[in-house]
Amino acid sequence: MAQYLMSVLFDSTDLATAEEMAAIDVFNEKLQADGNWVFAGGLAAPATATVVDGRDGDPVFTDGPYLESKEHVAGFWIIEAPHLDVALRLAALGSKSCNRRVELRPLLGE
Amino acid sequence: MTDVGEVITRVHHEEWARVIATLARRLGDLDIAEEMAAEAFATAVERWPVDGVPPSPGAWLTTTAHRKAIDRLRREVRREEKHREALMVFDTPEPLGVIDDDRLRLVFTCCHPALAMEARIALTLRMVGGLTVPEIARAFLVEENAMGRRITRAKAKIKAAKIPYGVPFREDIPARVIGVLAVLYLIFNEGYLASDPEKEAVRGELTAEAIRLTRLVRDLMPADGEVAGLLALMLLTEARRTARVSASGELVTLGEQDRGAWDRELIAEGHALVRARLAAGQAPGRYQILAAINAVHTAARDIRDTDWSQVVALYDQLVRVDPSPIVRLNRAIAVAELDGPQVALAEVDDLPLEGYHAFHAARADLLRRLGRSEQSRAAYDRAIGLAGNTAEAAYLIRRRDQLSGP
Repeated sequence: MAQYLMSVLFDSTDLATAEEMAAIDVFNEKLQADGNWVFAGGLAAPATATVVDGRDGDPVFTDGPYLESKEHVAGFWIIEAPHLDVALRLAALGSKSCNRRVELRPLLGE
Repeated sequence: MTDVGEVITRVHHEEWARVIATLARRLGDLDIAEEMAAEAFATAVERWPVDGVPPSPGAWLTTTAHRKAIDRLRREVRREEKHREALMVFDTPEPLGVIDDDRLRLVFTCCHPALAMEARIALTLRMVGGLTVPEIARAFLVEENAMGRRITRAKAKIKAAKIPYGVPFREDIPARVIGVLAVLYLIFNEGYLASDPEKEAVRGELTAEAIRLTRLVRDLMPADGEVAGLLALMLLTEARRTARVSASGELVTLGEQDRGAWDRELIAEGHALVRARLAAGQAPGRYQILAAINAVHTAARDIRDTDWSQVVALYDQLVRVDPSPIVRLNRAIAVAELDGPQVALAEVDDLPLEGYHAFHAARADLLRRLGRSEQSRAAYDRAIGLAGNTAEAAYLIRRRDQLSGP
C-alpha cells in the first residue's frame, strides 16, 4: 500500500458551499468504508499562516504564507491506495466532491 | 559474421519488448529490466558469432538477462532489500478484457496518463521500441543528456508514484487505449511531417517504428476497432510517403502526386483493414473514419476520379465524433471539390484557426481558385510564416510566386 497527499487547489478564500460540504462528507464516508482513508482537513486562509525559521538561534516569525500565489492549498486528504490508478480514481472523485482541482503526490515509502 | 549481425538486429527488433516486459514483471523494476536487457544483448553480440545463434534467441536473452539481474541483486544485498520495498505494483484486481501479455502491461505503463506526453513518447520508444537514447534524441532533435534525463525522470515517477505495471481497470480501458494510440500517432506524425524546420521533412525511420509498434499493439488487442483503424491510417499514409516530397525537397499535394509511386502492398493491407472494420458493423471512432477517408483517396486513379461525396460524408461522420476546428477545416477542403471553392471558403472563414498554417494555406488555395490573387497572396504569406516544415514552406512559396498579378 502507498500513501498519497491530495491537496485541494483553490484561488479564493471562500469556504465550501453547503452542497460541496455534503458531497465531501459522502466522499469521506466512501474513503473510510473502502479502507482508503488516512486523514483529511480543511485549511484556514493563507493570510492566517506564519512562516517560522528556527534553524539559527532565536526563531524568526514571519506573517503570511511562504509563497504568495494565485492559487493555494485550501485543504487536503491523505489516502492509502495499492497503486496510482486507484489513487487517480479517488482523486477524481475527491475533486468532483469538493468542486476544486486537486494535486496528487505520493508520500515517500519508509 | 554478417549473418549473425543481421540475426541479432532482427532478434533485437522482435524480442526487445518481450525481454524487457518479462523481466519487469519478474523483477518489479523497469530500470533494472532495461539495464539487464541491454547487457544481455551486448553479451549476444559477443557470444553468438563464436557459439552460434541459440535455437530460441528470445528465451536465451530473457534467461541471460534474468541471471545477470539475480547476480547483480545478490552482490548488492542491501540494495535488494531497498529494492523489494520499491517493487512495482502489478496486481490487476479485475478480470481483463484484453490479451494478458507482459508487453501490453509495458505499453500501458509507458503510455500512462500521469506522465507528460513527451515522456510517454520517449519511454515507449525506449522500452517497447528498443531504440537507444541517442537514437531517440536524434529523432526529436533533443540533446542526448536531456533525452536521457527525460526518460530517467519518467522511470523515477513510475516507481515513486507507483504507476502500476499492468493493464488498466476494465472501465478505464477505452480511454487508456485512446491514450496509447495518441502516443503512437504522434510518433508517426513526427516522422511523417516533422514540425521543426531543422529536421528532414519526412523521416522514414520514425514512421516505420510507429507502424511496427502499432502492429504489436494490434497483435495484443486484435478486437479493438480503433487500433485496427490507426494501423490502416498509418499504412495508407505511409504508402504515399515517397511520392509526397519531390526530388527538390518540396511537398507534393495529393492532387499532384505520382500515384504510380505509391506502395501498392501497403495500400492493399490498409484497404483490407478498413473493409474488415466496415464489415464489423460497429460505430467507428476517429482513427477508423480517418482510415476510411484515406482509403477513398488511395482507391482513386487520380484526383478527379476521387469520390468526393464519400469523402465529405466521412468528414460529416468525423465532425460528429470530433467537432474541432481542424476537422472542420479538412472537411471544408473536401467540400471545395464537391460544391466549389466559394461554398468552402464561407465555411473556412468562420474557423478560429488564426495561428494555424494549414488554415491560411487552405484559404490561400481557395482564394486563388476564385481569382482573388491579392487576398490569396496575403494568405500564402501568413501560411509561409507559420509553416514549420521545410518541404511545406517550399511548396507554399512556389504556389504564391505562381500567382498572377492582382
